[in-house]
Amino acid sequence: MAPAFAQEAQTDQATETAPAAETAAATPAAATQGDLQTLIDDPTQWVIQTGDYANTRFSELDEINKDNVGDLQVAWTFSTGVLRGHEGSPLVIGDMMYLSTPFPNTVYALDLANEGRIAWRYDPQQDPNVIAVMCCDTVNRGVAYANNTIFLHQADTTVVALDAMTGEVKWSVKNGDAANGETNTATVMPVKDMILVGISGGEYGVRGHLTAYDQATGEMRWRAYSTGPDEEMLVDPQATTVLGEPIGENSSIESWEGDQWQIGGGTTWGWYSYDPELDLVYYGTGNPGTWNPSQRPGDNKWSMTIMARDPDDGMARWFYQKTPHDEWDYDGVNENILVDQEIDGEMRKLLVNFDRNGFSYTLDRETGELLIAEKYDPAVNWATEVVMDPASDQYGRPQVVADYSTRQAGEDTNVTGICPAALGSKDQQPAAFSPETGLFYVPTNHVCMDYEPFRVSYTGGQPYVGATLSMYPAPESHGGMGNFIAWDATTGEIKWSLPEQFSVWSGALATAGDIVFYGTLEGYLKAVDAETGDELYRFKTPSGIIGNVMTYEHGGKQYVAVLSGIGGWAGIGLAAGLTNPQEGLGAVGGYASLRDFTALGGQLTVFALPD
Amino acid sequence: MRKPRAPGAVLAVLMLTASVGWSQEAGTTADTTAADTTADSTTAETPQDPSTAVAREEDGRYFNAEDIPTFNIAEDGTVDWRTYSGFRRYHAECHVCHGPDGEGSSYAPALKDSVMRIDYYEFVGIVAGGIQHVDAGNANVMPAFGTNVNVMCYLDDIYVYLRARGAGALERGRPAQREDKSDVIREDENACLGT
Repeated sequence: MAPAFAQEAQTDQATETAPAAETAAATPAAATQGDLQTLIDDPTQWVIQTGDYANTRFSELDEINKDNVGDLQVAWTFSTGVLRGHEGSPLVIGDMMYLSTPFPNTVYALDLANEGRIAWRYDPQQDPNVIAVMCCDTVNRGVAYANNTIFLHQADTTVVALDAMTGEVKWSVKNGDAANGETNTATVMPVKDMILVGISGGEYGVRGHLTAYDQATGEMRWRAYSTGPDEEMLVDPQATTVLGEPIGENSSIESWEGDQWQIGGGTTWGWYSYDPELDLVYYGTGNPGTWNPSQRPGDNKWSMTIMARDPDDGMARWFYQKTPHDEWDYDGVNENILVDQEIDGEMRKLLVNFDRNGFSYTLDRETGELLIAEKYDPAVNWATEVVMDPASDQYGRPQVVADYSTRQAGEDTNVTGICPAALGSKDQQPAAFSPETGLFYVPTNHVCMDYEPFRVSYTGGQPYVGATLSMYPAPESHGGMGNFIAWDATTGEIKWSLPEQFSVWSGALATAGDIVFYGTLEGYLKAVDAETGDELYRFKTPSGIIGNVMTYEHGGKQYVAVLSGIGGWAGIGLAAGLTNPQEGLGAVGGYASLRDFTALGGQLTVFALPD
Repeated sequence: MRKPRAPGAVLAVLMLTASVGWSQEAGTTADTTAADTTADSTTAETPQDPSTAVAREEDGRYFNAEDIPTFNIAEDGTVDWRTYSGFRRYHAECHVCHGPDGEGSSYAPALKDSVMRIDYYEFVGIVAGGIQHVDAGNANVMPAFGTNVNVMCYLDDIYVYLRARGAGALERGRPAQREDKSDVIREDENACLGT
């Protein structure tokens, strides 16, 4: 087949205009990096799931803006053929759109110059048994692109490199063992001549790691575990720091009892970011296993941690553990957004993280210094504050409220009224940042829980949970289960907050048109004013939205696209509605059931202004 | 005495359940129809229903006339230990796919309805051995929990809890009051867990 693959020309052109001096080094690796960076910097493309390396999800495109977004129309649609939770988004490189589905992880290449004709498709052959060990739906947060190659990380942890022109397999490699509960839901991140690959399975006692593979061959370059001996974590006891101090020897092993670190979780299924100037990659690690904290005394390092590493060899620069000794399943995997903003009159290189635990952290991304930690949902109650005084022995640690400590209550005690619930004030659904307003736009959950831990035993490849949960909308609030908020990370304050009936489980998009887009679980695509939050547009797509909104330009026209397809944690937890046991039997079933609003689907909807 | 149905029959039942999936409306309708046609003089909700009615009690465990485990809920709402334990175990091991309170989800069927359709032996067989329904339009796979003591040691608890939900005898949420755990139940639990 010979569709018009204009990205050839695009790429060549990109190379010519690339600031070669800046990318410097004479290695082909640096050249590849330069090409990808140039494509990412071109707002007409959407080259990486996170919009850019900094994870801002901001687009310079402004044809669609706050004055005309009300006229938005559906331009075209595409059914993926799969009826499961659709997370992530398509990519657009030149004339080609690439999108992937939940299990079986079919990849489509759609030729935008030819009315979206399917240029090629790739159907992986996977053992369906992997579905059985995927906690909470068979979602997949999309493919990655670099160097004329599409990278797919399948549910069964097969990483496959596909020729972007033809879909032909260049190489494939297995990153984990599904029989042991190791699976994948995340995308991969291309950096230099490598891709960085994570692992899921925190509810199966999986030991988390991040792995770098050679883009051209699939050869493993390095693997950094989240727990265990220093050399396996790629930690230097002196050079790697925590809050400015050397991390010291055996920091992980000494924070666990016996060899529990081997089944200790700290999986890496979130989003990754990269700062090319500092040459550091950032990501977070998930919850420690089991959910019963009494069974794993200690800080359980380095679960629940923001990690900064050198991409060349994986060596850790700095760590910051947000929730030592987790007692609530507050996975620390959410995206780290890299922005340069002024704090106290000084320009700082910042990393902003909206953690599941309900705190938003602002750190210096060069040193890992903690600058701000504030609650981004007023309902958060499990901790009073994070100690900011470097002189305190509690520096950087959340101050846990005894009433909400499932560890202090002990096994077989039901601790009630904990906010947020295990799904966090925000899960993986990524926030956006607009350099024009200086604000972050954050999709959030407004849900609390009762949590009762109990003893469990570990069996390889079997769930390793150990807690009973009930979740319900945050009490004494608006009754809904979500908010979409605007956040100022330099002060740690909410600018505005839009109540939503259900958790907002869609990734946001901010644009130079002074608007912010997000999707809702009922299936609405919404556009709001970036300054005020005023709603400017809504359209109900065929199924609930847990995908991320993206934008691109083709043929001189701006498009906005989002995947619909209810599922994931949201579809499981909210399908039947929630109940609040604290409110007594009379209120049971009083909250909205998601299944009254939407049904399974799998569709891409692409929007544009009328011609 | 009932015999477990042939595996094919189990699959057929579960395929129906799976294809209903998210749309619990359809599942509920099917349930109602089944109840209407099978129950002559009684309904599923009445205590006289022989499949849920308690025929005997032993060390805090309740059984129907066919010696199948069943729930026991007093007039003041106090549930037997196994129903309470089943609530806890369900919300640890099952709800991440099947949703809260046995209500089903976008991902997996409502087990409170499934246990009213299939019998005890099928329930045990499916939990222990898993089940798959994979074709062009579906990819529903339930794992085999046969080696997982956190599930298998509490199978009867989960069963009677779901039956109580399915029969309409137990509302959503955590049971407010429960009977105490008997010594025999405690001993059997420890033996099963190997602790």
